[in-house]
Amino acid sequence: MDITLPLLILVIPLFMFLLLGLVGMKMSHRLAGTLGTLGMGTVLVLSYITALTYFYSGAPEFITSAGERLQYTVFNVTWLQFTDSLVIKLGFLLDPISAMMLIVIPTISFMVHLYSLGYMRDHHGVYEHGFQRFYAFLSLFSFSMLGLVVATNIFQMYIFWELVGASSYLLIGFYYKKPSAVSASKKAFIVTRFADLGFLIGILVLSFYTGTFNFADLTSAPVDGIADVSQVSLTTAEGIKAMFTNSPAPMFMGASVMTWALVLIFMGGMGKSAMMPLHIWLPDAMEGPTPVSALIHAATMVVAGVYLVARLFPLYLMETAALDIIVVVGALTAFYAAMVACTQVDIKRVLAFSTISQIAFMMVSLGVARPEFHHGLGYMAGMFHLFTHAMFKALLFLCAGALIHAIGSNDYTAMHGLRKYMPITHITFLIGCLAIAGIIPFAGFFSKDEILTACFGHSIVWYIWMSLVAGLTAFYMFRLYYLIFWWKEHKVENPHHAPHDQPWTMTLPLVILAAISCVAGFVPFGNLVTWNGHPMFVNENGEMVSTFFTNLQNLDWSVAGISLAVAIIAILIATAMYKKENPLPAKMKNALPALWDWCYHRFYWDELYQFITHKIIFGCISKPIAWFDRHIIDGSMDGLAIVANKASEAIKGFQSGKVQMYVWFYLIGALLLGAITFICLL
Amino acid sequence: MDITVIYYLVPSLIMFCCGVYGFVTRKNMIAMLISLELMLNSVDINFVVFNRYLFPHQLEGMFFTLFAIAIAAAETALAIAIIINIFRASKNIDVTDVTKMKF
Amino acid sequence: MFSNILIYFVVIPLLMLAGLAICRNIRQIRAVAVTGSLALTALSVWLLIDYLALRAAGETAPMLYTDSWTWFEPLHINLAVGVDGISIAMLILSSIILLTGSFASWKIEPHTKDFFLWLILLSTGVFGFFISIDLFTMFMFYEVALIPMYLLIGVWGSGNKNYSAMKLTLMLMGGSAFLMLGLIGIYYHSAPAGQPLTWNLLKIAENASISQGWQYFLFPMTFVGFGVLGAMFPFHTWSPDGHASAPTAVSMLHAGVLMKLGGYGCFRVAIYLMPQAAEELAWIFLILTGISVVYGAFSACVQTDLKYLNAYSSVSHCGLVLFAILMLNTTAMTGAIMQMLSHGLMTALFFALIGMIYGRTHTRDIRLMGGLMKIMPFLAVCYVIAGMASLGLPGLSGFVAEMTIFVGSFKAGMADYLAGEGSLRLVFTIIACCSIVITAVYILRVVGKLLLGPVYDEHHLTLTDATWWERTSTVVLIICVAAIGCFPNFFESLIKFTFSPSIFAVIGMN
Repeated sequence: MDITLPLLILVIPLFMFLLLGLVGMKMSHRLAGTLGTLGMGTVLVLSYITALTYFYSGAPEFITSAGERLQYTVFNVTWLQFTDSLVIKLGFLLDPISAMMLIVIPTISFMVHLYSLGYMRDHHGVYEHGFQRFYAFLSLFSFSMLGLVVATNIFQMYIFWELVGASSYLLIGFYYKKPSAVSASKKAFIVTRFADLGFLIGILVLSFYTGTFNFADLTSAPVDGIADVSQVSLTTAEGIKAMFTNSPAPMFMGASVMTWALVLIFMGGMGKSAMMPLHIWLPDAMEGPTPVSALIHAATMVVAGVYLVARLFPLYLMETAALDIIVVVGALTAFYAAMVACTQVDIKRVLAFSTISQIAFMMVSLGVARPEFHHGLGYMAGMFHLFTHAMFKALLFLCAGALIHAIGSNDYTAMHGLRKYMPITHITFLIGCLAIAGIIPFAGFFSKDEILTACFGHSIVWYIWMSLVAGLTAFYMFRLYYLIFWWKEHKVENPHHAPHDQPWTMTLPLVILAAISCVAGFVPFGNLVTWNGHPMFVNENGEMVSTFFTNLQNLDWSVAGISLAVAIIAILIATAMYKKENPLPAKMKNALPALWDWCYHRFYWDELYQFITHKIIFGCISKPIAWFDRHIIDGSMDGLAIVANKASEAIKGFQSGKVQMYVWFYLIGALLLGAITFICLL
Repeated sequence: MDITVIYYLVPSLIMFCCGVYGFVTRKNMIAMLISLELMLNSVDINFVVFNRYLFPHQLEGMFFTLFAIAIAAAETALAIAIIINIFRASKNIDVTDVTKMKF
Repeated sequence: MFSNILIYFVVIPLLMLAGLAICRNIRQIRAVAVTGSLALTALSVWLLIDYLALRAAGETAPMLYTDSWTWFEPLHINLAVGVDGISIAMLILSSIILLTGSFASWKIEPHTKDFFLWLILLSTGVFGFFISIDLFTMFMFYEVALIPMYLLIGVWGSGNKNYSAMKLTLMLMGGSAFLMLGLIGIYYHSAPAGQPLTWNLLKIAENASISQGWQYFLFPMTFVGFGVLGAMFPFHTWSPDGHASAPTAVSMLHAGVLMKLGGYGCFRVAIYLMPQAAEELAWIFLILTGISVVYGAFSACVQTDLKYLNAYSSVSHCGLVLFAILMLNTTAMTGAIMQMLSHGLMTALFFALIGMIYGRTHTRDIRLMGGLMKIMPFLAVCYVIAGMASLGLPGLSGFVAEMTIFVGSFKAGMADYLAGEGSLRLVFTIIACCSIVITAVYILRVVGKLLLGPVYDEHHLTLTDATWWERTSTVVLIICVAAIGCFPNFFESLIKFTFSPSIFAVIGMN
């Protein structure tokens, strides 16, 4: 494959960032916005071409004659050489998951670019302050995210990992005059930075034992005959495991070093993907502009953790303890976030917790995936959910943005009964809700169903648990839907000021994403993305079968039926409680006040962190250290000076200024010396 | 009468002791300077004498003395200049009163 | 003598001094300062290109452009010069910071001429130090670089300047005393019995005649001596006070270049000449520098004065330099050199910006400022970039340096651990890694408080953004920071030869 296209995919957003960042302020708002959007549009086209070429061209470097998808390194340039073997390279790796991300990221990013043209101006058409900066940051983010997914080695991933963190920081703090936005951006950066510390140490451990950063060397074996092509292989992963077990110190504190490394790397993923207990930054990140939440905090950056685990999946298969940890963390987070989402008032917070919960679904899915069960169904399901979730969650966020833009508030209490005034937003939001709730035939149904099947195959406990969470998901999404669009009727005194649908730049992305959410479930994902590249849906002759209905035909109705039933029941409960104004919700709240209180306050995680950072780190570590430095260390240096000062003060009397005193001293000294000499000579 | 080295050394010693005595007892700086000159000259005498008696064929002691006289002259000039300046500043050349330069 | 390019690094500053002496007004002074420092920058860049060309042509000597002129025969004192990649990197750093420092002190008052005289005298010392390979002249230039600092802070400083200037000078002089003792000790053991003694670094390294016992004594002497200047815990307290009181250009030069003298000296003298002791005694200094790294970072978290904050941050970052050097491992040492460059540029940028902000708001207390992004966007954006470089954002210089250090130290630590030689290095590497989080905390805290949020003081609304000379100064530094961050492999190849096996065969370094 030619390197021009992949290179351009990375270079265009970077160039746009530099252009808009350096000279953007000199441009008109419209020009800057158009340039940014056009740039992203070009990237969109280029990455579609690249991804489709990868999936469908059938070139020997992408797929074997047996239908196995391969990993192809388009280019790989040395960036920094640590030692002979440890080299950071910047490259472009094409394989099923990166090609899938090449579809997801530019799609959402382009929609957000387009949407922001409308969102970032007020009702009179006046552009927000810093509009050009906003587009510059969006381009920076797109560049970093694309760089992350196409990384050929774990250190490249870490580099772009940090860059997406920084662009997320810049975008959350976009409204930098608002103190809440500033502290939210700070929190996001520091919490993820803390997680990255684990990631970094994990990388250090892994690279020390294996002597490489390359994904290809860690998880895949080269394919004979074609340069830069490799195939995911458990044999390689076993070799890597052997490097750990054969080393002089294979164990550390009761667990194998490899488990430690993988868990530490997963810790980085926990930070970025907002897994408990490092989730606290994501709800606050909603302080950023809503398109940013859609792009970064719903569709792309937050799934980086999932992507990371998927990328190293063969290694995780070697240490199932690490996978079990992932399952437990994911399952707890999914349930926790769903519970909290049921009580939040701010619609963006509800969506944020919903995002946390859905990402946890993907994590669980990866955690339960085993090659023995349906060729690693969980892996494919997790990736599938990543894909569909990106689409419908971005849709939901953009709808929320449209609502916020129309109403001027984030709370559903200010909305209620908007269905008549904003019909397009209403329909698209409903589609999003149906998709996330898992109603056939919308996208979420298929991916969630695959996840539940994978859980079922792993352990019945997790299956029941995750089904429960799926039910909660349907409940809180429809609670939100009804509270925004139904509940009580909206009273509008002046029809000119009635909320209305937004300009085409904002509604068009909604419609496109809604359309994608309707059909994305039918993508025969099992034939495109699997952990080892083997197609899942094959006929008796071993040939790939990909039709529009492949997914439907391969459904396991015993699981799908139950999950569908759970979702419908949950929706019915939500309908009963929230469609019309009624006292049921208040009754429920009063029946379980403690539970409601804990959920409403997000189980007091933020307060706990506040305590740890302010009271313990600042109060008990930093302040005493600073005091120690000023008073003990510096005091002892000053003490030396004081001692010298005192000593000279004490002997300065000799320097009396009386010449004849000096002479006496001299004479006596000379005589004494002479006497001593004389005595010695005797 | 044979003039031995002792004939020179005794007056020189007396001169030196007078110098020391004067230097530590007189309060007037000019007087102290004079005492200083006395000491210097006694040492000069010693140099010459020892040179003459111990190494009659060499002249280092002589030269050294000449050198010391010259330096002493310069030094006296310098000292007197300082004393005059002190006098100008404080109308007084009593050494016990000039204590401004201590510490 | 003048056929050697290196000597011009001392000649040009001396010519600048002569030129300054006859300057009559501020324009001429600026012209001399800027032309001279531009000439130095050009010279160092040319040296770099020429050096790389020589290396590419297969030159493998440890030092190039070596020359030696006798100065005082009985004590074997020569003016010996020579450079390798590390010195060249330091020369470039110094000249760039001198250049940007001249721009940053465009409006220095009063006694402009004297200020530049002392500043350039200081740089003479710095350049002389980096080109010398004779321990005696090295030490002499080291002192030449230290003394003007006293006057620069004492006369042109701010706040409690007399105290700070005195403290800084005395503490560094105390370090020099250790250092001199160490250097004289090295001199007396510089050659095997019967052969003439020498001050020449290369010859001493070749002779390797310092006995194990003497190394145990001389290594701590030299390491502490240079370590004081490298702000090693617990000898770092001159740094916060000194930096806080110093005028902008002096803070820049001091934190940017002078503190590097410490790291460079530790490497060039202490470790290079006494490898066995370095290996045996490294643990003591590892603990001290490891403490520096986190201690400085934690202290920075609660500072309210911008310069204090940055000074503590320097303690942390410079601690990392010494820490990496002590790993005695090629990767970590490469990282240390990169960190020296990176920290030099970054901290100079910080101090330049703080000076510019202080010049406008007349306060450095972050509690009394806020929302400067709205008032002076250019300076604020530069400050954010500097902060990002400091907390190790990829694409800027801090990241590559820190990562190289961590990879190298981790390797050294694991090697120790696996060989059953204790896990001190490993533990401290992980502790040092934690500093990346703490750095993020204090950088974002100050960025959030100072630049973002609502405007704190209404009076600040009338303040202006950067002038052209201030822009020049900051933009040059930002470009350098980004250049290192984006193309690190270039520096890696520059530094590589210094660690060629022939030199480190002595240590048995890997």
